[in-house]
Amino acid sequence: MAHVQTENTHGPGGSAHGSLSEYMVGLSLSIILTAIPFAIVMSGSLNETTSIVLILLCAVGQVMVQLVFFLHMNTSSEQMWNSVSAVFVILLVMILIVGSVWIMQHLNHNMLMGH
Amino acid sequence: MGTPRVGYTGYIEEELHHDYGGDTVFGFWIYILSDCVLFATLFAVFAVLQNNFAGTIDARDLFELDYVLAETGLLLTSSFTFGLAVLSANQKSMRGLVGWLMVTFGLGTGFLYMEINEFIHFTHEGAAAWSSGAWSAFYALIGTHGLHVFAGMLWMLVLFGLLFKEGLSENNIVRLMCLSLFWHFLDIIWICVFSFVYLMGVL
Repeated sequence: MAHVQTENTHGPGGSAHGSLSEYMVGLSLSIILTAIPFAIVMSGSLNETTSIVLILLCAVGQVMVQLVFFLHMNTSSEQMWNSVSAVFVILLVMILIVGSVWIMQHLNHNMLMGH
Repeated sequence: MGTPRVGYTGYIEEELHHDYGGDTVFGFWIYILSDCVLFATLFAVFAVLQNNFAGTIDARDLFELDYVLAETGLLLTSSFTFGLAVLSANQKSMRGLVGWLMVTFGLGTGFLYMEINEFIHFTHEGAAAWSSGAWSAFYALIGTHGLHVFAGMLWMLVLFGLLFKEGLSENNIVRLMCLSLFWHFLDIIWICVFSFVYLMGVL
């Protein structure tokens, strides 16, 4: 049988178990971080740039909340490979998205120049 | 997992006590990260094409934020109830686990129902998957997420069967852990979807 040789708080593969209070805090923070951007856009009271910045901040904040409170990621040594691989993928994702947008914008720009 | 391993590098004693369940969960984590790359490409496609409506109806005129907020609420709550299911499993409570998994399944069904409803509504309004580049990118991204949710729900059904068959076996706990990663991951993707596609689309 698999020999789960870890501490109380850690399950297989460095997956931590968490507690009810942890999940409650996670849910509350998620609700707040969902309500803020929706309220901003639905009320339309702020200008576009401020709205975009706030939406982005809430999105990043909420992803962090989910990673920490629901997926229980942390910087402990049991989870080192989970975290290192995640950081690598964040880098890949950034290159993919920012790179695509950048290239296509330049392409559009150059096409217009030749027009 | 019960089979003895004849390791060709068997001189390391610890090798025999290796944490196979942990390897499975870590392997699944790597799969999740590769799925992130898949979604990143779809987000990139959407970012590039999002204004190419080619004369079809504009997203601004179609998106209903109340509706999206309700969908978000369902998925967010389901992520929380899945957490409660995992907590029940840790306390060896089969009833709690099955109960919370069923609640999660119900919330997932509600989410999928709302999403499909939205797709049908949009298609009727002239924003079909084949209408324009922007709408194709929209359906590819949201549809892929929806398919993942559907796969997660199929997985839950299979897990119900296995739980009734084997109870809270070590294998089933590992399966539950993998599904838990998958479900929370889908919630994270949805956060990006409502932020980048719906909220910024309406601005």
